[in-house]
Amino acid sequence: MAHIAGLPVTAVVQRIEIHKLRQGENLILGFSIGGGIDQDPGQNPYSEDKSDKGIYVTRVSEGGPAEVAGLHTGDKIMQVNGWDMTMVTHDQARKRLTKKNEDVVRLLVTRTNLETVVRQSMQ
Amino acid sequence: MDTESTYSEYSHYSSRSRGSHRHGERSRDRHKSRSKDGSRSEKSVTINAPPAEPLLGDESTHGEEVQDDNWGETTTAVTGTSEHSISQEDIARISKDMEDSVGLDCKRYLGLTVAAVLGLLVFLTPIAFLILPQVLWRDKLEPCGTACEGLFISVAFKLLILLLGTWALFFRPPRAGMPRVFVFRVLLMVLIFLFVVSYWLFYGVRILETKDSNYQGIVQYAVSLVDALLFIHYLAIVLLEMRQLQPMFSVKATRSTDGETYFYSLGHLSIQRAAVVILENYYKDFSVHNPALLTASKSRAAKHMAGLKVYNVDGPENNAAGQSRAMITAAARRRDTSHNDLYYEEADHDRRVKKRKSRLVVAVEEAFTHIKRMQEEEQKKAPGEVMDPREAAQAIFPSMARALQKYLRTTRQHHCHTMESIQQHLAFCITNNMTPKAFLESYLNPGPTLQYSQDRWFARQWTLVSEKAVTNGLHDGVVFVLKCPDFSLVVTVKKIPFIKLSEEFIDPKSHKFVLRLQSETSV
Repeated sequence: MAHIAGLPVTAVVQRIEIHKLRQGENLILGFSIGGGIDQDPGQNPYSEDKSDKGIYVTRVSEGGPAEVAGLHTGDKIMQVNGWDMTMVTHDQARKRLTKKNEDVVRLLVTRTNLETVVRQSMQ
Repeated sequence: MDTESTYSEYSHYSSRSRGSHRHGERSRDRHKSRSKDGSRSEKSVTINAPPAEPLLGDESTHGEEVQDDNWGETTTAVTGTSEHSISQEDIARISKDMEDSVGLDCKRYLGLTVAAVLGLLVFLTPIAFLILPQVLWRDKLEPCGTACEGLFISVAFKLLILLLGTWALFFRPPRAGMPRVFVFRVLLMVLIFLFVVSYWLFYGVRILETKDSNYQGIVQYAVSLVDALLFIHYLAIVLLEMRQLQPMFSVKATRSTDGETYFYSLGHLSIQRAAVVILENYYKDFSVHNPALLTASKSRAAKHMAGLKVYNVDGPENNAAGQSRAMITAAARRRDTSHNDLYYEEADHDRRVKKRKSRLVVAVEEAFTHIKRMQEEEQKKAPGEVMDPREAAQAIFPSMARALQKYLRTTRQHHCHTMESIQQHLAFCITNNMTPKAFLESYLNPGPTLQYSQDRWFARQWTLVSEKAVTNGLHDGVVFVLKCPDFSLVVTVKKIPFIKLSEEFIDPKSHKFVLRLQSETSV
């Protein structure tokens, strides 16, 4: 999945719709993210290619909205509500996910075995 | 191994039997050893089965005198047995002493006289050039002006400088006697000789015969001679002293008996001069040769060979190759546990040495506490039991003598030190306020050869063995051997590689750093 600058990125993605849960004053999604263009890609345990600076899901809390919606750890988030997540800083990603006026976030996520699963199901 | 079996054959015959039996054997032994050396130089390895000797002869060790029961049977004739029979080693030693005392002095004195005569000739030549015209045709000479007289002063001082320089460079006591002449020195002497002879020729033909009246010209001629001599002196310095200073070769000297190795850096030298340098360093670097430490490996080797005996059932045909092959295969087949023995023996020896060492250290420390240095004031007050260092050493020596003796015996150094030398060393240490540890330092570690007295050196007589001529220069891959009666130093020469350095410029402003983060945010 090494990205060559200037060429379009292609991936098999899964649509995941998460409804935010209200906990007191905050709206939480129930997962943690890591990565970003300002972070060190070499320390990312979930990426296949260690120069991938995308946003990855590092933890999914049990019973939270993300788990219910079908998000797994190690997923790479490609889009959030139509906004690109492959070339953003860590803080920008956090802001996109935690907008107070949005109740639902629609993510496009990819993981390594998605392509094989899709191909198998197509046969 | 070959030499070893030969010597063990002959050394353990008692001195009584040496008289008649040995006379005939001696020349045979010399031939045998020479042929063995010859075969060794051809780089062939032969394994000789030990000759079927009486068991008594085989199992005795070096130096012990054992009466061989069969000596009477093997003696063929008892010719005029003289009372003054000497062994082969004595003969070798005497002949060597005679050779050296006559040969060395002759060569040394010859070289010295030639050099002295040449030096005198060279020194007196300019003076002769100046004086002869004055003596022979004084009336015809032009008067010497101020410039000319100034030249006299210059000649005088230059001659003085030349004299001092020659004395500093050439007239030093030689530190070694080398087998062949020193090529550079001879070349320089020849050069000087030719030079001076040509000047004399010119002088004789053009000045003496024509009785030239231009005295200033003659003085300038003498000055030019002295200038040229100074330049030759400069050449001598460069050739003899400076050329070998820059290190070009790394020379490895290994002792053949125990493998002790040292590395030296040498410049461009001839093989014989390199040998002299290495020998000078030998006495200060290598630890003293201790034959007692070698007996362990020799006894192991003897056990290997003595374990199997080869009997020749096919008659008198001596199939040496077949015998050795049979021995090798037999040795390979049987279960060799000698490595086990070696390991446990060495572990045991180490433990014993450490134990004795700790006992020794404690004994010496305790002994040193009995002695206290008296201050000046106390000396005047109580002149009762005052001792000088020697008496003090003798007083405390008995308490540590036993522990020291035992330690030296365990480490097999007891023949390197006598009681007298130990007491002297103890007195020396007491005089110089040394601690017990400093006193023990010379006994715990075997020191360089120079530290011991000359009769313990085992290294007095050196022979240079080389395949190339000894006046050749060193170059990469030269190997020569410095032989001594007891061991030899094998010297290998390797060239120091040419170092190619390149530079890299780093801008001081280019040292920049970034933080490597990996934060995790929960959303």
